[in-house]
Amino acid sequence: MASYNLKINGKAVAVTVDDDTPLLWVLRDELNLVGTKFGCGIAQCGACTVHLDGTAVRSCSIPMASLEGANITTIEGLSDDKLHPVQEAWKELDVPQCGYCQAGQIMTATSFLKQNPNPNSEQIRTAMNGNLCRCASYNRIEKAVALAAKKMS
Amino acid sequence: MENQNKFTLSRRNFIRTSALASGGLLIGFNFLTSCGETAAPPVDISKLDFKDFNAFIKIAENGYVTIFSPNPEIGQGVKTSMPMIIAEELDVPWDHVSVEQGALDTTNFSRQVAGGSQSIRFGWDALRQTGATAKQMLINAAAAKWGVEASTCSASNGIIKNSNGDELGYGDVVNEAAHLEIPEDVALKTTKDYKIIGKDAINVDIDAIITGKPLFGLDYVAENMSYVSVIRPPAFGQKINTFDDTAAKAVNGVSEVVQFGDKIAVLASNTWAAMKGKKTLKVQWTNDSNLENTADHDAELFKILDGKNLEIRREDGNVKQAFAEADKVLERTYESPFLPHNCMEPMNFYANVTADKVHLVGPIQTPAGTARRIADLINRSEEDIHLEMTRMGGGFGRRLYGDFALEAAEISNLTKQPVKVIFSREDDMAAGIYRPAIKYRIAASIKDGNVTGYHLKEAAINSNMYGLIPHFFPAGAIKNYKVESGNYQSNITTGAWRAPYTNFLAFAEQSFFDELAELLETDPIQLRLDLLKNVKDGEDPNIQYSAKRMTDTINLVAKKSNWGNTKDGIYQGFAAYYSHNTHVAEVVDITLKNGLPLVEKVTVAVDCGIVVNPTGAKNQVEGGVIDGIGHAMYGDFSFENGQPQHVNFNTYRLIRMKETPIIETYFVDNNLSPTGLGEPGLPPAGGALANAIKAATGQLLTKQPFVKSIQKYEANLKV
Repeated sequence: MASYNLKINGKAVAVTVDDDTPLLWVLRDELNLVGTKFGCGIAQCGACTVHLDGTAVRSCSIPMASLEGANITTIEGLSDDKLHPVQEAWKELDVPQCGYCQAGQIMTATSFLKQNPNPNSEQIRTAMNGNLCRCASYNRIEKAVALAAKKMS
Repeated sequence: MENQNKFTLSRRNFIRTSALASGGLLIGFNFLTSCGETAAPPVDISKLDFKDFNAFIKIAENGYVTIFSPNPEIGQGVKTSMPMIIAEELDVPWDHVSVEQGALDTTNFSRQVAGGSQSIRFGWDALRQTGATAKQMLINAAAAKWGVEASTCSASNGIIKNSNGDELGYGDVVNEAAHLEIPEDVALKTTKDYKIIGKDAINVDIDAIITGKPLFGLDYVAENMSYVSVIRPPAFGQKINTFDDTAAKAVNGVSEVVQFGDKIAVLASNTWAAMKGKKTLKVQWTNDSNLENTADHDAELFKILDGKNLEIRREDGNVKQAFAEADKVLERTYESPFLPHNCMEPMNFYANVTADKVHLVGPIQTPAGTARRIADLINRSEEDIHLEMTRMGGGFGRRLYGDFALEAAEISNLTKQPVKVIFSREDDMAAGIYRPAIKYRIAASIKDGNVTGYHLKEAAINSNMYGLIPHFFPAGAIKNYKVESGNYQSNITTGAWRAPYTNFLAFAEQSFFDELAELLETDPIQLRLDLLKNVKDGEDPNIQYSAKRMTDTINLVAKKSNWGNTKDGIYQGFAAYYSHNTHVAEVVDITLKNGLPLVEKVTVAVDCGIVVNPTGAKNQVEGGVIDGIGHAMYGDFSFENGQPQHVNFNTYRLIRMKETPIIETYFVDNNLSPTGLGEPGLPPAGGALANAIKAATGQLLTKQPFVKSIQKYEANLKV
């Protein structure tokens, strides 16, 4: 067990957990931030995507030992009081079916649009390829990312 | 079934009203009773109480409406679309309506089962009647207040008017309405007056989903709850011999290790510790029965197809004679693997078994049946069981089976503490209840340019096609017709998987028809249309597809896809299928890149009657079609020595965005009662895809997944 100091959604947080505990389970079980989902545990599905210093990462495969002082944003901290343009686009296009993977999709999309604010269709498809959606809402995810880019420009 | 059909249930049997202590009107009705094909209203209505109702409409004094819906939401959208139907007839603005998941209580509610794409179909009449009855009560209350005849009043958008120009809001009369008799024979709207039905309504849970609020079973936490990871036999056919839990107990956070049956539960203060503890368990497994292999299954299923011990499911005319007299005979065998469901939210359930009661929370499609099984398992009265449902991170059939809930209840009962069982992805994929591996052999006879005979044999692991499936198209369209089935009993667990049986049967038949068309030198769509001309709707009660509706659906997809008139370099494949009471036709467009196929677009025509919520309906179709293409293309699951050969997404391939075609959905415009959409979009997709690939490359695909037969497909994706 060791203590870690993190900044999560803008707030300083201290947790005492085993070194090998993945960030995902610290968020979910210790901090009750359950918007970040468990899907595969091996960084293959993207349901657990959060931002580490602004970049999309798979929280299921990052152990706490590597995260002292890290700055993490989860779906709960993506926007303050109003929706992020990516969330607005998701709502406008009624993207989710079951909804389970969507927080991870949104976190991947927001990070991607920061790097590439004006993507073409091929770039969107490549950027989102790592996030599985078992309900296959892919068409709408693709459209929502494009719509969000337009909203943010 | 016309929309304006007279409603047959007595309102009193399923509606009851009450005044709320806090002011307002509560209307109780049976959501799921009305949605179940066989459910009957209570016999003795004098004994009806609110506990007999599983759904409620609450109208507050400010006129705002809350609809409490007990229906399981697995992503099919009924939590939005079913309340829309009530709101339409109640005639309130949709933005005055909120929908809440009703608290579930299996002690009082005994008919909470949903599934099979049937919620909308069976709910249609009752939901409209419920809304219309409530509206009439409010009108009656306003009329009494004004001292005028109710017939001179009308209501719209939450406001009641009389002929003198007076107005009252619904909220102004709710307290009076609560004390009135329930009116009989209320009028329903005609479709032209619809204001909510047929308009896009965004998923009612959208804000919670996109901001990460706790909604799903995995998000549920209770005080003092232990997180549980369970080790189950790694192969079907194995059981525990001995185990050593010394290392597991030494893992920081692990509190207890307990065996139950042939499984071992590791309880811990967090999920990670429970999973780590499980990995350090040393278990010696021993063989209890056969450890089966996919190669053996293949041999057994072929033996069934080659043998004579099949059960006849439908037989018309004389197939033997048709084949004897044929000019030409076409015969093909089609093969599919097992498939896991792979809901994105792995199986999980919370249980707290105490002396007072058994509290259960989690994602389940069959709460009532699961509660009964749990009562039996831990020897408790059904009245003790209190089960709450959460939103579900996908279902696809997997959450019809309550095995994970039974595990949670058994562990809580043994350890006397609240527990939450959480499957890892590996647990979820390896302890599955799979789509059974199936093989079809189809033969057709041709004489004088006509299809004269059709003979289909099914060989499947554990179970075979059921119900009316043997009476689906082409039953009724070919004079001499025979469907037979047989199965091989395996110790590998199998069950329903989105569009059971037809998810693969449609591919086999629709591919076969393409080959038949080639043999007959006719257009594949024309062959289907010609065959449908042989079917007289309503003549055979077992044949529930409509030749007219299927023809209209096919014509719509042909038009919208520019069938036969595409640009150079686009190859098309067609399939049409009726399942779950909905008619669907699809055209897949592919192009060739370096000589290999790329799926570009799927044009879909759907006849599901009145489309209640177009955005939700299209979402279901888009998802179903891509799901069908993904599994036909990539879904591969096999066993060696009883052990699944894939347990996570690093080797088990699901379709991803880059492989996804654009789906264009068109609905046949009619005024017929609505039918379901959770499943029907899926079955035709594989057949349309195979037919497009054949059109482009000449390659005949008879075995799923296609990716194994298409050389260098992987390389193509990387170009």
